[in-house]
Amino acid sequence: MSKIIEGLCYSESHEYVKVEGEFGYIGITDYAQHELGNVVYVDMPEVDDEVTAGEEFGAVESVKAASDLVSPVSGTVVEVNEALEDEPGLINKDAFENWIIKVQLSDKSELEGLMDAAAYKAMIGE
Amino acid sequence: MNNTYYGKLIFELSKEGRRGYSLPKNELDNYKLDTLPAQLMRSEAPALPEVDELTVVRHYTNMSNNNFGVDTGFYPLGSCTMKYNPKINEDMAAHRDFTCLHPLQDVDTVQGALEVYYNLQESLAELSGLKEFTLNPYAGAHGELTGLMVMRSYHASRGDNKRTKVIVPDSAHGTNPASAAVCGLNVVVVKSRPDGTVDVDDLRPLLDDTIAGMMMTNPNTLGIFEHNIAEIAKLVHDCGGLMYYDGANLNPMLGVCRPGDLGFDIMHINLHKTFSTPHGGGGPGSGPVGVREGLEQFLPSPRVVRHEEEEGHHYTVENGDQSLGFISGFLGNFAVVMRAYTYILTLGHEHVKNVGPLATLNANYVKESLKDCYELPLTGVCKHEFVFDGLKDKSTGVTTLDVAKRLLDYGFHAPTIYFPLLFHEALMIEPTENESKETLDAFIEVMRKIAQEAKEQPDMVKTAPHCTPVRRLDDTQAALKPIITYRELATQE
Repeated sequence: MSKIIEGLCYSESHEYVKVEGEFGYIGITDYAQHELGNVVYVDMPEVDDEVTAGEEFGAVESVKAASDLVSPVSGTVVEVNEALEDEPGLINKDAFENWIIKVQLSDKSELEGLMDAAAYKAMIGE
Repeated sequence: MNNTYYGKLIFELSKEGRRGYSLPKNELDNYKLDTLPAQLMRSEAPALPEVDELTVVRHYTNMSNNNFGVDTGFYPLGSCTMKYNPKINEDMAAHRDFTCLHPLQDVDTVQGALEVYYNLQESLAELSGLKEFTLNPYAGAHGELTGLMVMRSYHASRGDNKRTKVIVPDSAHGTNPASAAVCGLNVVVVKSRPDGTVDVDDLRPLLDDTIAGMMMTNPNTLGIFEHNIAEIAKLVHDCGGLMYYDGANLNPMLGVCRPGDLGFDIMHINLHKTFSTPHGGGGPGSGPVGVREGLEQFLPSPRVVRHEEEEGHHYTVENGDQSLGFISGFLGNFAVVMRAYTYILTLGHEHVKNVGPLATLNANYVKESLKDCYELPLTGVCKHEFVFDGLKDKSTGVTTLDVAKRLLDYGFHAPTIYFPLLFHEALMIEPTENESKETLDAFIEVMRKIAQEAKEQPDMVKTAPHCTPVRRLDDTQAALKPIITYRELATQE
């Protein structure tokens, strides 16, 4: 059974956003890391890059497959989780603790189009 | 399967001063090494192994025994037709009359080779329902790039420069979006329906005057025939785009239906799949590209042209004015062309028609014989390949990876796993038309046995393989800290 955290926003492509004020921490869900298997590389954008809701901002590569990262929200990247460069497996240890990028949100109304914990739980069938 | 690992390097067998050859007497005396530019001179002797002939023979024979190949056993790799390479292909390709040719020889002295090139080109055109082929591309993905360059050249020739997007289904081979990106085109993904085929309703809104074309594999990567292909081709053509056929799955179509008749304008064929030339590490490959009438002037240079003359035919090698240019040196991998041409002539007009139906029959036989033990997400008749979504009984925790590893213990090559991405536990099988019923039955029996083992001894299956030269490899460490050279291995130890 995958871990799902209350209070986060979830996308259909298994990313989450944890909102703190004007900022959002974006990562992949515990369900996604489990499906991917051991993550061996995370391709991340750079600080000051723009991300757009519904568009690719990077990729996660595991021993099974490479998957695009799709941003659930739009905004400007203010921080990337550099620890993942040396140790991509942190995502497998705790996908919610180890977010991938921190974004300054440009349109908070986009969050309304995302799922809450209960809806995401229903989507993955758990 | 061989279960002892031979891991020596030829350098480890080297003994100073040992020789396995003697060079002929040097008959040149009018050269001076010291006039060579300094940067071309070696400062020290090359580090070559010094070994006798018998040591070399044993070394490479033992090393080849580490390998599993289609000559060793059944190789049910889905998504990549891994068919037997008949030995007559090798005899023809190794024929002295062909191997001693030089690409810069006068064309009047290579008329036979050009005839082979031209005839294969014509055979592929007839089998695929297209107008003309180039055999110049070196591999399937190289063919994809060439085909997309034809697409761009076509739009550019009409002054239509806003078409920068290529539509690719979400079930596509990874090379499709990669080729499009290399060609400078943007990729737009169209979704699949639950039955695995392209969702026409999802496609419609994507079509406008920015679409250069659409790439499709038919049957698709799930082994399902895209039954809406006529409608899809019409929609794409109506918006001004071209249809590209990825020939990776041509095998089940051979002799049954032709991409040109389905509405495709451009395609590539992997000779190393459908036409039984060596595959993978056994390459080199070849990815001929065919086009419908009206696009042939864009094909890469050089092209082999046939001229009808009173006393027969004469062939020339020509560069076209509107050609997209050169994509390879000379005329591609000619020895591969020889093999594919031999294969087509061996089968002949009558038997080439059996390739598709037999490949389809074999795949359906295996699928139906295993669907009570393995999860079959897409039921119905498949073409040359099909996908299981892991074991039916998932409670044991035994995954597709474990099943694939356990198959090695029984002397079968593992099928493709975790592709296509539409299913979590994808296990993809393609038997090809070559395999006998006895081989398929033996494979089915082993697959059923593994399903049983998963219930009774799950830990044993999860730690497979047990009988191979090397046990289960650490994929994660291999990706994170790859050891590429012998020197790195030495420092690790």
